[in-house]
Amino acid sequence: MPITGKDVKHAAQLARLALTEEEIKLYTGQLQRILDYVEKLSEVDTKGVEPAAYTVPQRRAARPDTVKDSIPPEDALRNAPEKEKGCFKVPKIIE
Amino acid sequence: MKLTELTIHELSEKLKRRELSSRELTGAYLSLIDAVDKKIHAYLTVCGESALKEADAADKRLVSGADVTPLTGIPLAIKDIFCTKGIKTTCASRMLENFIPPYDATVVKKLKDAGAVILGKLNMDEFAMGSSTENSAFFKTLNPWDTTRVPGGSSGGSAAAVAAGECAASIGTDTGGSIRQPASCCGVVGLKPTYGRVSRYGMIAFASSLDQGGPITKDVRDSSVMLNAMAGHDPLDSTSIDAPAEDYTGGLKHGIRGLKIGIPKEYFIEGLDKDVERAIGSAIGVFKNEGCGIVDVSLPHTEYATGVYYLVATAEASSNLARYDGVKYGLRVSSEGLLDMYKLTRDRGFGGEVKRRIMLGTYSLSAGYYEAYYKKASQVRTIIKRDFEEAFKKCDIILTPTSPTPAFKIGEKIADPLTMYLSDIFTISCNLAGIPGISIPCGFTPDNLPVGLQLLGKPLGEATLLKAAYAYEQTTGWHKRRPQL
Repeated sequence: MPITGKDVKHAAQLARLALTEEEIKLYTGQLQRILDYVEKLSEVDTKGVEPAAYTVPQRRAARPDTVKDSIPPEDALRNAPEKEKGCFKVPKIIE
Repeated sequence: MKLTELTIHELSEKLKRRELSSRELTGAYLSLIDAVDKKIHAYLTVCGESALKEADAADKRLVSGADVTPLTGIPLAIKDIFCTKGIKTTCASRMLENFIPPYDATVVKKLKDAGAVILGKLNMDEFAMGSSTENSAFFKTLNPWDTTRVPGGSSGGSAAAVAAGECAASIGTDTGGSIRQPASCCGVVGLKPTYGRVSRYGMIAFASSLDQGGPITKDVRDSSVMLNAMAGHDPLDSTSIDAPAEDYTGGLKHGIRGLKIGIPKEYFIEGLDKDVERAIGSAIGVFKNEGCGIVDVSLPHTEYATGVYYLVATAEASSNLARYDGVKYGLRVSSEGLLDMYKLTRDRGFGGEVKRRIMLGTYSLSAGYYEAYYKKASQVRTIIKRDFEEAFKKCDIILTPTSPTPAFKIGEKIADPLTMYLSDIFTISCNLAGIPGISIPCGFTPDNLPVGLQLLGKPLGEATLLKAAYAYEQTTGWHKRRPQL
């Protein structure tokens, strides 16, 4: 499938990446080459084949819901780029 | 022989007999790192002070004789992808340049509980994306055998540090070959356990259905010692396997007479380096002499593995790396609006290869392409897994080269992502199928570059892999060669 600069810009928007025009151009070419390579997969007949998400047999991973200590808020906030009153601070979201 | 050239099992004996203290040994490693790492650049962070404190604690344990394990007092180093409480964990990314985790990864905790000393954190490709460690945001690690060459990747720092004697052993992670390929390039032993055998809790995620931690060591016995400490179910990782871990050291000497070794013809392709082919051929001869049965097997969908991998791994990565948004931890590039803050933070924080993979993953998962790419790749993944199930009906383990070539030159493949991706063609299928694999040294090229032999096993077949690798190593002795630095 041919990939255009417009597709790459759209993907960049979805991925929240601010790419320069130069990067858009570079990635368009590189992604095209990679996608051409993976085109090879269409040779494989996969009709009725279950997709594999994980390789270990699925099992119920649920555990009893018991209260345990978690990381104290001050530790959790220690790496915060900005914080205020025990909360993570972000730019204004709603005008 | 210098202390820093000894294996874990040799050092452990000396420590237990009190011929040596952990403080002395840790000091020897710290001096060697000081002298050698300016040539190799394996370490991102050296934690001398805390290491010496841990060494003193280990010495107390050794003196009292209580609660002594084979790792008590042994200096190890950790790939910078594992969270270490109070020690910077960068994943070799600007995004996490100043990140200090508030907790230890389960594997790190297990090693610490066993009494190991943590020397520091090792360089890698940013977010484990790469095959040469050239994608580190900070600096390149060089191959101790030839400093004009790459150490492999993504766990290049982990393999180079062990080869250069800068730690007794290290841990790495393997998503498509990132433990085995650098081990092969650096002439050391690298083990990727069965998916889920080792906890992923606190291991920074790249592609969650493929990532697996494992040891890089000087010999196979050390690999079993490390796996003994690392393996086991973890309630904090819901994908970890709820089966008891074995005593991997205990089974090493069980012998391999009658073991059936499969040779897949699809791994002996055009483009396979002649010296690698010769070394692998001799290795097959060694196993034959040891009384193993050599059988031809086929893994017919091998040629599709790289394509499947780069769709599955990038799709998972694009989702995993969405968490780096400048809000809770890591880099933030401030801006008036939230959306601009996200975009600028991610633009400055991620390097080129990481962005490329996020882009590929986002594109292939986006509306209209999911069926053609991600779903198709996941279906072919099922078929690749079945190939292995069929092959293992005829043999106990599979033998292949680890990498098609020895360590390549710095800069040789960095400009062309696809060429770089193809250096993992022999290691990727193992991750897609979730099976265990080990790379061990099996010879040298005329230029004195190490060549790696890969053994692949059935799910949870680590003990068999280690037994076979141990028998080979004892017969050949390639693992005893060390680079001159």
